[in-house]
Amino acid sequence: MSEEVAAEILTTHILELARDGRRLDGRGPDDYREISVEPGFVTTADGSALVRFGDTAVLCGVKLEPGKPFPDTPNAGVLTTNAELVPLSSPTFEPGPPHPRAIEVSRVVDRSIRAAETIDLKKLCVTPGEKCWTCFVDIHVLDHAGNLIDAAQLAALTALTHATLPAKRFGIAESDSPLEVNHYPVEVTFCRLGDAIVVDPSRDEERAAQGRITVATDEQGNVVAMQKGLIGAFSPDDLRDVVERAFKHGERMRAIARGGGT
Amino acid sequence: MGGRLYASVLGLLQRRPPLVRVVPLSGRYIPKAQDVVVGTVCDVQGTFWLLDIAAPRWAPLHMTGTPWKIDFGETGQYLHVGDSVVVGVEAIENTGRIGVTMLGEGLGKLEGGTIVTISAAKVPRVIGRGGSMITTMTRLTGAEIVVGQNGRIWVGGSPEAIRRVRECLKLIERQGQRSGLTEMVERYLKSSQPPPPPPVEPLSTLVERPAPGTEVFVANPEPDGALFPEGVDGDVPPPEDN
Amino acid sequence: MGSVGAKDVPVLIGEDGRRIDGRRADELRPMKITAGALHQADGSAFVEWGMNKVMAAVYGPREVHPRHLQENNKAIVQCRYNMAAFSVDERKRPGLDRRSQEISKVIAEALESVVFAEEYPRTSIDVYIEVLQANAGTRCAGVVAASVALADAGIPMVDLLPSVAVGKVAGHIVLDLKKEEDNFGEADMPMALVPQSGRLVLLQMEGRLSKAEFATALDMGVAGCKTIYGTMKQALRDRYNVTGSDPTEAGQ
Repeated sequence: MSEEVAAEILTTHILELARDGRRLDGRGPDDYREISVEPGFVTTADGSALVRFGDTAVLCGVKLEPGKPFPDTPNAGVLTTNAELVPLSSPTFEPGPPHPRAIEVSRVVDRSIRAAETIDLKKLCVTPGEKCWTCFVDIHVLDHAGNLIDAAQLAALTALTHATLPAKRFGIAESDSPLEVNHYPVEVTFCRLGDAIVVDPSRDEERAAQGRITVATDEQGNVVAMQKGLIGAFSPDDLRDVVERAFKHGERMRAIARGGGT
Repeated sequence: MGGRLYASVLGLLQRRPPLVRVVPLSGRYIPKAQDVVVGTVCDVQGTFWLLDIAAPRWAPLHMTGTPWKIDFGETGQYLHVGDSVVVGVEAIENTGRIGVTMLGEGLGKLEGGTIVTISAAKVPRVIGRGGSMITTMTRLTGAEIVVGQNGRIWVGGSPEAIRRVRECLKLIERQGQRSGLTEMVERYLKSSQPPPPPPVEPLSTLVERPAPGTEVFVANPEPDGALFPEGVDGDVPPPEDN
Repeated sequence: MGSVGAKDVPVLIGEDGRRIDGRRADELRPMKITAGALHQADGSAFVEWGMNKVMAAVYGPREVHPRHLQENNKAIVQCRYNMAAFSVDERKRPGLDRRSQEISKVIAEALESVVFAEEYPRTSIDVYIEVLQANAGTRCAGVVAASVALADAGIPMVDLLPSVAVGKVAGHIVLDLKKEEDNFGEADMPMALVPQSGRLVLLQMEGRLSKAEFATALDMGVAGCKTIYGTMKQALRDRYNVTGSDPTEAGQ
């Protein structure tokens, strides 16, 4: 099924509210929905987390398995990110091969994790050119009520932060050890609604949006990844503003990923 | 069946001898003739529009079912994709086709305001006994409200009035089975305090063998022994402290 | 199942007759069902059963896509059973393999056996099952989750569909196999029961059972389904804060 047709008057109402700094669900322009995180949700994974932003729910499972390094990076392990927008999570998602929007979610999440050097891939090398760890980050969207990118990215970061390297199980070392996480990138997504730019867009807001922008920051004050999406445009001033706001939200979400509460 | 009646849908039992009725608790809107519903135009054809009325199927609105004099091919000048309308359900054909009309009092195209969507099963609670809930909401907010039997509700008025009605509708949807709902809504509208958000509970609460490092950052679950069937030992470890 | 070196086989039934996790032969693993766990779907249920975690969602009745699948006199019931990549010990490649497609088919047929499909001609009732964590018996957990999700979606049905597997482990007939019992056991027989009629709408079997063992297994499975039926009904009562009367019974 294609995208549902949005009622024009709902879209208009969302834009009118945004003009006054208001939102449909009563939030302010810079408020996230209530965030809840359940690390260790899936015990068959080496690391996992269920992340919910209001009605949005995304599950991430991390698996570490022995593999072979890529020929051009014989001294490094392999990181693979994959997102499934399964039809269970939205009336508009269809069964079948991955849709470009699922590929976008996985690539944008992957980019932040990779660019921030969250995991030192060199340390995932076991025997150069022969054997390394492959780290699979699998994202499973369960309930799509908007802002899948941030929920997926926080789920991935939380899952990695709580992951175990199953070295004993695969006979690579005497004992299992925690996966070393060096940096904590966090993605924060905004939508343009008229002149307003709101954080953590709901599904209705995404449908009304005139552009979407995602900014990933790390704990050292760097911007590590960005993605502009949907139809619409942002000015340099808009972008300076969202980067500022992304750092502020990033601080709080890093604490959540590391287990410091909601 | 064997002198007993069984319900085919999940619902609440109402005994009004000699009648027995099952009031559905959930589910999509299933159209009935005479219902008034709020729909969104999702396709425009030469002689009709297709409406999404949150029913199992799209409902065709024929151009002869409108107050306008339209020639073939002119349908697109009157209603566009994304427009919202109030229509009446005329008949459900045995092919499942849902016939709707815009001819009748209170029917027509909706301008301004917004649409709030709730579960169709909760619509009777939104209306209230003899329309008491609607009256309470319009009286205390000044908003205009058009309730579609399909769970789509049009609300017009100031942004503030719309916000408060929307919060009431979401409260009714959440608390649909409670008694004293009208009083609860009235209390909220008079106090101007927003209704409390629904609590976030952990989704996974059954832990056969706790995973190392398992912590849940939300409210602690209440262990509920009653959930386990008889014959099963309640040998579930208690939820961890956090 | 299959041939495994004897030294790899764990002790599945202890000298006290207890199973690997301390259960009696006819004992189920702990089960918890959360009806209405999702917000986009018309109906949903999350089933935690032993170490299994399975989510099901129902969309519909709704327009059929692609249109040529539409049937003029009834709704079609479509089911997709899928396993998340991280749901098993060794990562599973995303996408439906042959096993998942077969399970999807038998579950769709079991569900269509209890749904009053003729009430909604030319529509589709879509059932999606996602296995998030697997530990044997995921298709049964999927059927349980799917049928609670169907009820939550207000779909008219003959009855809920409790489901469980029975098997033979170290020579004993046991209820509700867990992973080690499934891997090293001698037989596995998943089934789904219509409690109202006492008939089975899903039955598969693999392994070796004598005629007498089969009869014992069948009785044990039916009894297990009846227990699960109670948990399913309670989950629906909890979802709508309803106490008291049996939600499947409208009265005398």
